[in-house]
Amino acid sequence: MTITLLLFASYADALGASTLDVELPRESTVGDVISAIRSRHGADRLPPRPLVAVNERYASLESVVEEGDEVALIPPVAGG
Amino acid sequence: MTSLASLVREAIDPLEVVRAVADPANGAVLLFLGAVRQVNDGRDVTGIDYAAYEAMAQRELDAIVAEGVAKFGTPDLAVVHRLGELAVEDVSVAIAVGHPHRDGAYALSRWVIEELKRRVPIWKREHYADGTREWVDPSGREHAGAPT
Repeated sequence: MTITLLLFASYADALGASTLDVELPRESTVGDVISAIRSRHGADRLPPRPLVAVNERYASLESVVEEGDEVALIPPVAGG
Repeated sequence: MTSLASLVREAIDPLEVVRAVADPANGAVLLFLGAVRQVNDGRDVTGIDYAAYEAMAQRELDAIVAEGVAKFGTPDLAVVHRLGELAVEDVSVAIAVGHPHRDGAYALSRWVIEELKRRVPIWKREHYADGTREWVDPSGREHAGAPT
């Protein structure tokens, strides 16, 4: 299945992309999505357990993802 | 009585935000403005660009306003956050509260800005006088990097 991974701010700069399509087996978790991109250039600048969201809601790395889900890695927020 | 949560790319008009919370029930009307500060962590800042995961940021702002209205006993709460390129002194965020009493107004205003900073997916990149730019990471540095 294909999962869309969104990257923002410093994470987008690190990976050189703001969107990645990630191919994964069914029953994969958010943690698996991150593991799948660990070999990409710049991924070493991501923290071991980044904050994540699934379909615009904060989620845990253990959350199971489904085909078509939008997963986002959330850098430390700095609004205000 | 009005509650409002919005992300904008144009300059924020503070009076317009205040007008949104006007109501005869309110004995206290409070406006908080966050602005771009010229010096941060000892570095000369010339501007900031704000980026967001916009759909989620809107969802979180909506949730903060709904929770604030439910917790603090007033329907009159308006939050506007600006995105894009801002210069020093530009207003990045405006929070207006209308409340029957001042204690409730101050408490709600403070609660909203702290929740916003904690959970709304917005990021800022400071532009420095030496031409460099850096994403601000406030994690682990209490209040550091905050323009407010």
